[in-house]
Amino acid sequence: MAIIEAQEITKVYRLGDIDLHALSGVSLAIKKGEFIAVMGPSGSGKSTLMNILGCLDKPTNGKYILENIDIGNLNRDELAGIRNKKIGFIFQGFNLLPRTSAIENVELPMLYDGLSAKDRGGKALEALRNVGLEGREDHHPNQLSGGQQQRVAIARALVNDAPIILADEPTGNLDSKTSAEIMELFVKLNTQSDITIILVTHENDIAAYSRRIIKFLDGRIISDEHKERL
Amino acid sequence: MINLPSTFRISFRALKVNKMRSALTMLGIIIGVGAVIAMLAVGTGASKKISDQISSMGSNLLIILPGATTAGGVRMGSGTQPTLTMGDAEAIQKECPAVQDIAPVHSGVAQVVYGHQNWSTGVVGTTPSMLIVRDWSLAAGRSFTEQDVKSATKVCLLGQSVVDNLFGDMDPTGQFIRIKNVPFVVNGVLAPKGQSAQGQDQDDTVLIPVTTAQKKLFGTSFPGMIRIIMVKAKSTEDLSSAEKQINELLRQRHHIGTKQDNDFTVRNLTQVMQTAEQSTKVMTLLLGAIASVSLLVGGIGIMNIMLVSVTERTREIGIRMAIGAKTWDIRLQFLIEALTLSLIGGVAGIILGISGSKLISTLAGWTTIISPFSVLLAFGFSGLVGIFFGFYPAYKASLLDPIEALRYE
Repeated sequence: MAIIEAQEITKVYRLGDIDLHALSGVSLAIKKGEFIAVMGPSGSGKSTLMNILGCLDKPTNGKYILENIDIGNLNRDELAGIRNKKIGFIFQGFNLLPRTSAIENVELPMLYDGLSAKDRGGKALEALRNVGLEGREDHHPNQLSGGQQQRVAIARALVNDAPIILADEPTGNLDSKTSAEIMELFVKLNTQSDITIILVTHENDIAAYSRRIIKFLDGRIISDEHKERL
Repeated sequence: MINLPSTFRISFRALKVNKMRSALTMLGIIIGVGAVIAMLAVGTGASKKISDQISSMGSNLLIILPGATTAGGVRMGSGTQPTLTMGDAEAIQKECPAVQDIAPVHSGVAQVVYGHQNWSTGVVGTTPSMLIVRDWSLAAGRSFTEQDVKSATKVCLLGQSVVDNLFGDMDPTGQFIRIKNVPFVVNGVLAPKGQSAQGQDQDDTVLIPVTTAQKKLFGTSFPGMIRIIMVKAKSTEDLSSAEKQINELLRQRHHIGTKQDNDFTVRNLTQVMQTAEQSTKVMTLLLGAIASVSLLVGGIGIMNIMLVSVTERTREIGIRMAIGAKTWDIRLQFLIEALTLSLIGGVAGIILGISGSKLISTLAGWTTIISPFSVLLAFGFSGLVGIFFGFYPAYKASLLDPIEALRYE
């Protein structure tokens, strides 16, 4: 059964008098536990797709169903609720709150879920332990390396037990060794916890960690192939 | 679901990070609240002072003065013509229904001696009803009586200042003093009244029976003549009818024709004072209103800083939205920040206002009264200012597009 189902999704931006077709008719079905790499040159529509899959944006036309919920019918706050419970975002620039300790960053999604301070602390510690950051709870982002910051972001994405992780070039700011470590972490989460991972990347060796590669060009899918992980 | 304690923590943290900016923003509110409290304290103090003076003068008081004499074309001023008599006083008491009580006054300045101490003071010949007319009570001893007035007894009541000057800490009741070398028994001591509206020490006085004053101390060529009649009307509403009744009665008694001027004057001091009290109240309101403007300006300062803060933290807002912050989560976060600024500013402003008004009363010697109402008003107003001026920035923040916000550099 598909956890994500996109049917004929189009996204049109109006720039003055010109209509810009960021996505022109994308259909996609993703099953639970898949590990997908989305590739393509810039402007090919992969970021737009990620925004729509992440419920940050709504398609101009077409239907998006996430875990049997039709996203098109939801209002702003309901979308925020979906992002909070179902989706974990990982960004290229980490996007941690500055001047805020690692553990408080990880607690943030639970805060917006209305959990008590006691429950939040315990779950956040556990999430940090899972990404190998035990003992760094009270470090602020500027006291952590890039790889460590990305681990905090991963802990934050996972802490509300989201079934889907959307990662937009998660290793773009990291050196190759750290990139490999982060990718190993994604593989571990994918195989051990059956978390669906969709990541955008330019690099073939990052895409090599996935088991399905979707290539974009000019707002359309030009190839979609399943493969064995290397 | 909104988690209030955590939202509060988030807001406090943001304020702590920008300590200097938060403090400067608060300054506007601090000054505003401080000014409102201090100005209201000054105004309330002034009204209180005036109303105290009204009550120390005696409430619902009318004063009747004799007319002016003209000698060879020189008009001698009010009170120089001996037109008022004891008969007038008694007639007013009997025939004017709006009058509660009257006290005739025949006075002069005389030297008062006790032992080897002496003191010059105003000696007032009157009747026991003086104490009623002027709402005066006794601190010690007892008053003289109507019988004392009839038989012109040499007894007196001393004001507190006279007691201080002649007796020090001693109890003067029952002692003999000499006024213009005439021995008097001290019957009692008047309760202190303090300064009058004109700044006179109302306690620097000696009361004696009016007949004693006329016969023994300040004799005149017109027997029964008195200098002033003090009248207490039955109520504030009766003041003007009492004035009218007295005018009619005295014109009739003095045989004044319809086209002739009065040979006496009726003064309504209470009314004058009440007008003054009204105008102080207006002044208080005005001062408060002007001070409120600075509170308003402080509020605009908060809005300004909150708008800057929202712009600066666009990316943070984007992150929060991406991980599930709802419209009201964001709105409350910024609203609480604004409210915290204004309320902490409010508390500091209360401290500033209270110490400011203490300083004013010490330096300028004005009476200042800080009413709990004005403190509550200023504090509540600062809270309202925080919510009012905090809402727009918070509203703006909550409507940001999460994608745009995340991309913001």
